[in-house]
Amino acid sequence: MATNGAALSRPLGLLAELTHRCPLGCPYCSNPIALDPRGDELDAATWARVFREAAALGVLQVHLSGGEPASRRDLVDIMRSARDAGLYTNLITSGVGVTPKLLGALADAGLDHVQVSIQDSEQKSADHIAGYEGAYARKRALAAEVVAMKIPLTVNVVVHRANIARIEEQVALALDMGAARVEIAHVQYYGWALKNRAALMPTREQVDAAVKAVEVLRARHHGRIVIDAVVPDYHARFPKPCVGGWGRRSLNVTPAGKVLPCHAAESIPGLEFWSVRDHPLEEIWTSSPAFNAFRGTDFLPELCRTCDRREVDFGGCRCQAFALTGDARATDPVCHLSPHHRLVEELAVVQEDRVYSYRRM
Amino acid sequence: MTEAVIAIPSDARPRLPRGVRLVHNEAQGGWVLLAPERVFKADPIAAEIVKRCTGEATFDAIVDDLASTYKAPRERIAADVGALLRGLVDKKLMEL
Repeated sequence: MATNGAALSRPLGLLAELTHRCPLGCPYCSNPIALDPRGDELDAATWARVFREAAALGVLQVHLSGGEPASRRDLVDIMRSARDAGLYTNLITSGVGVTPKLLGALADAGLDHVQVSIQDSEQKSADHIAGYEGAYARKRALAAEVVAMKIPLTVNVVVHRANIARIEEQVALALDMGAARVEIAHVQYYGWALKNRAALMPTREQVDAAVKAVEVLRARHHGRIVIDAVVPDYHARFPKPCVGGWGRRSLNVTPAGKVLPCHAAESIPGLEFWSVRDHPLEEIWTSSPAFNAFRGTDFLPELCRTCDRREVDFGGCRCQAFALTGDARATDPVCHLSPHHRLVEELAVVQEDRVYSYRRM
Repeated sequence: MTEAVIAIPSDARPRLPRGVRLVHNEAQGGWVLLAPERVFKADPIAAEIVKRCTGEATFDAIVDDLASTYKAPRERIAADVGALLRGLVDKKLMEL
């Protein structure tokens, strides 16, 4: 059960990874290196049950993601079952594979919001990063359809060394696409991105310029577009409160039905994840070993337990602590107070112009 | 804040924009207003007001309805509804 004697909080959001299949090959994909094959995917009826259980547990918003969710032929049925459960539905898509007909059917069934990714503001660079010729044009076409159907649109741009110099152009593109919100998301180094870290890592000068650019653009476009951006991990002084704290605010269901506290949680060895095939969601939330492994702050080293920020960032990200120190209970070494912080500083200056390891099944 | 509050016109027909929805969730203890990446708890009074913002009823009609339903002074209801709607419009959670 919850540590520190605190009542167990209720999750607000559920990330539904409907499939790991995706036409794009982005080298920073948040999916695990070992992808779930199509044959292991949950069927639509099981997703419908998961959504009903999620709503009963307190979940308000479901993010239909992947992979590319449109790789599922039954996407409309799945979306409708989330709406029927009373959830707010957000489609997170690459834009490739979402035909106007499919989007129309989703809109008719009550889709609430669409988030489309762009890889860069320049077509050639964007298609190169996505590993897919023509991706940029198809994303723009989809965004135009979304806006024409009056569905609110968010544009998500993952930034790294190859495109971080063009934040101004990327925000201008998001405005041009009709987005009400744009996320400037610096790469986070797990899974595929960890594999490609030296090829993706921006320089300190680039990061400083990017932070300044966002400030200027926020002032310039105030009231027209919301710009969400945070300082990238390896260049920050304090760690991020990953997913709002382990097992506090959100959960993630993989294509095969495993329930994770965050999308990268499987990178930590020794955690026991439960599946929606075997347990109701509420039982998984309250009692599964993986969810209880790092709840609260009792498990943290003294440095964190006595820190004023312990309820702000919960010692940072468990996956990052493990990836960089080998100990998932350690202070996230992004924190400048961590005894391992030098590791992060050393890695942040490693830039190698290598060919990307594209994400492939 | 000393900014002048712009009153809601009496013939405005407030409605939730596409992508903003009022939902009841038992586990979260009641009504919530949901928007892209945002969640707002709505107290029972706010929920009763938002439920009437269908794009059909005018501001005046909504106030009349609430005043008679709750047997409360019309002026006070008008002030409360106006303040709530103005706040929602400013956050782009309501259209006029």
